[in-house]
Amino acid sequence: MSEKTTAVSLRDIKKTFGPVVANENVTLDIYKGEILSLLGENGSGKTTLMNMLSGIYHPDEGQIFINGEAVSIRSPHDAFNLGIGMVHQHFKLIDVMTAAENIILGLEGKLNLKEAKVRINEICDKYGFEVDLDKKIYDMSVSEKQTVEIVKVLYRGAQILILDEPTAVLTPQETEKLFAVMRNMKSDGKTIIIITHKLHEVEAISDRVAILRKGAFVGELETAKTNAQEMTDMMVGRSVSLNIDRPEPVNPTERIKVEGLSVRDQDGVYKLKDVSFTARSGEILGIAGISGCGQKELLEAIAGLQRVETGSVSYIAPDGSVEELIGKNPRDIAELGVSLSFVPEDRLGMGLVGNMDLADNMMLRSFRHGKSRFFTDRKAPRKLAKTVVKELKVSTPSIETPVRRLSGGNVQKVLVGREIASSPTVLMTAYAVRGLDINSSYTIYDLINQQKKNGVAVIFVGEDLDVLLELSDRILVLCGGEVSGIIDGRTADKQTVGMMMTKKGGEA
Amino acid sequence: MKFHISKRDALPWQKSLFVHVVAILLAVGLIAVLCMTLTGQDPLSVFESIFSGAFGTTRRSWVTLQELSIMLIIALALTPAFKMQFWNIGGEGQVLIGSLTAASCMITLGDKLPNAAVIIIMIIASIAAGAFWGFVPALFKALWNTNETLSTLMMNYIATQLVAFFTIVWEVPKGSGKIGIINSDTMAGWLPQIVNQHFLPIVVALLCTASLFVYLKYTKHGYEITVVGESQNTARYVGIKVEKVVIRTMLLSGGMCGLAGLLLTGGINHTVTTTIAGGMGFTAVMVSWLAKFNPITMVFTSLLIVFMDRGASEVATSCGLNESFSDIMTGIILFFIIGCEFFIRYKINRTKKSGKEA
Repeated sequence: MSEKTTAVSLRDIKKTFGPVVANENVTLDIYKGEILSLLGENGSGKTTLMNMLSGIYHPDEGQIFINGEAVSIRSPHDAFNLGIGMVHQHFKLIDVMTAAENIILGLEGKLNLKEAKVRINEICDKYGFEVDLDKKIYDMSVSEKQTVEIVKVLYRGAQILILDEPTAVLTPQETEKLFAVMRNMKSDGKTIIIITHKLHEVEAISDRVAILRKGAFVGELETAKTNAQEMTDMMVGRSVSLNIDRPEPVNPTERIKVEGLSVRDQDGVYKLKDVSFTARSGEILGIAGISGCGQKELLEAIAGLQRVETGSVSYIAPDGSVEELIGKNPRDIAELGVSLSFVPEDRLGMGLVGNMDLADNMMLRSFRHGKSRFFTDRKAPRKLAKTVVKELKVSTPSIETPVRRLSGGNVQKVLVGREIASSPTVLMTAYAVRGLDINSSYTIYDLINQQKKNGVAVIFVGEDLDVLLELSDRILVLCGGEVSGIIDGRTADKQTVGMMMTKKGGEA
Repeated sequence: MKFHISKRDALPWQKSLFVHVVAILLAVGLIAVLCMTLTGQDPLSVFESIFSGAFGTTRRSWVTLQELSIMLIIALALTPAFKMQFWNIGGEGQVLIGSLTAASCMITLGDKLPNAAVIIIMIIASIAAGAFWGFVPALFKALWNTNETLSTLMMNYIATQLVAFFTIVWEVPKGSGKIGIINSDTMAGWLPQIVNQHFLPIVVALLCTASLFVYLKYTKHGYEITVVGESQNTARYVGIKVEKVVIRTMLLSGGMCGLAGLLLTGGINHTVTTTIAGGMGFTAVMVSWLAKFNPITMVFTSLLIVFMDRGASEVATSCGLNESFSDIMTGIILFFIIGCEFFIRYKINRTKKSGKEA
């Protein structure tokens, strides 16, 4: 290691939020010209740590050294002056401005767009970015926006780049492109820190891995000398099985039949176009697609939350009777046994109420029942909350705790637990494990498989193709609101699905 | 030495109470200093005046309690709307229109129907009028998603102008520009006096407090209000009709304001003027917020505001200062009470100097 120069040194960093210790005793060196993966479960303090480097938070204790100098980073501006740039999970771009305008936004000195563009182009050529500088942000795909963000920090002269879960929103092909660019930056001597959950990406891109657990630094590994199992074990603190079960479907019968479904948004743009498929009992139907390709609209249409232009959604009850769901309100549909467990991007935006406690959240589905017409019955929901906490191992101080205080995985367990409690015949989940760590993710997969074995028709919208391929019996691929194809989950491979996601039918 | 600020976890209620008490003491201290420098009187006599202004005589105590009741009813009325995150700042107008409706019943029906019938019609009509004033912004919100802060505020002006208009129509004597005491001879439409004329609003306020507490906490409607207020998406997802809840809740909110208007005109003043609500529709917004939308706590927050207001005007008179001084005092108190919320939510840490020696 003697030939390496240290770019960043963290010494005994501690950061607390109220009683929550986000980081403690983090001591870590990051060298010039390397790609370091920062790995850890949810709430293990990865993002907090990086936010302290980029000047958003200030450590309570400890010291940061940049290129050997002790520094105090009090604002993102300080961070930029030290050559540190962070690309956040949620992009911080102004929609109505062009790429070039966003890149130079906020810089001091005389505004000279022409000169700036020349410099931006130089950066793009050097590292292999493809970006149309005059395109407005609102016209851009997620991957293009990300490119703008990265170019933005490079334009500011960043030598140390921090990427917070950059691949969460990308297709496999786009991820490859990003990695190529990252390798170019690395050979130019830049230091890159990448936060990610995906182990195969860690293996593909990074030189070293630093692992955090519950806010503390637990170790670093050379990527070449480790494997997914070892990394997971360190991250979780004990040995975890990395295989997802896929039991054979038992006696599948048609449960939901969607025919010619089309949905348009407020601007008249088709979000779903002529979508047809069936979901069968005892089977997991995976839905793949780049985010925003109609997944949300599809599930909401089935649940009665979305206005439908044309088409039909028939629910075939276990006794064989057929009900048309279009035109029914969400309440009637839910009472038929069609259950939607939706995890939107802001986890608590739909399905749960963050400020309410567990018991009151259990009541959301059932509060209309109960003996009295006027008063709520709180006994049954309390009992249910206790059962869910016990059976799904929700870690919470009590059932009187507001759910917003729980971690992402526990929130998801509460939501899924409630939806399962109504013993649905159809269970729809969207991004069920988004942002969840490995441990919680596997609990959720188990729960979903359990439902499948009970003969529930599961529709599983996912974003991690590896998981979709391991979990689903069949995979429906959406592309721009249209069905690109339905394939067998047991024989499909990632490349094919990736192609189908970007191009209808999948042929290159 | 440097400081940095960090969020703290929920403070135990004893500590939170302590912070509030300290805030009030500091406010009172500042007021004392201010009075002393302005008037040269010793602070004790200032506080004596404050207290005597609010509770100095039996009559003063009754009036304080009566004002407290009206303030409390209006604050309670706004609360369900606020819990739903529907910013009803039209309490003033809803009270006024209730008052105007009560007055119009007294004037037009007073000599035509038996007194009991007049009173029953008054009650129904003023509550309905207030409810209608709440219904209009709610309907606009439900149909076109208009901003309720603007529409409820604008409804206030409509109510004020209507009162001004009918003041001219019904003015007694002609040209005086005011309605005067209605039916002062027959007392038709005057709400019955139990114990004394101040007692009825107190009873109504207590009933309202208890029922609203139960309504918000234990009923299905109350639960729906909370869900809609926290997340409309979640509400739709579980099949709550958000528009229906918004309209229903605003009918309740406006109706209770109308009830306050009825008490003001039918029970207390026996007349109607454009300033009969006296800005209570707005002060009640603060009362409700200070109590964090808890009906029981609201009894104390409205007591504090009314007590200070009445005490302050007494100080203003006895120290020879004008009316504005009572506003200044109330302002100081509110500044400290609202300011202390900062110390309840955040704590201030002293950072050790992070020097280069590390």
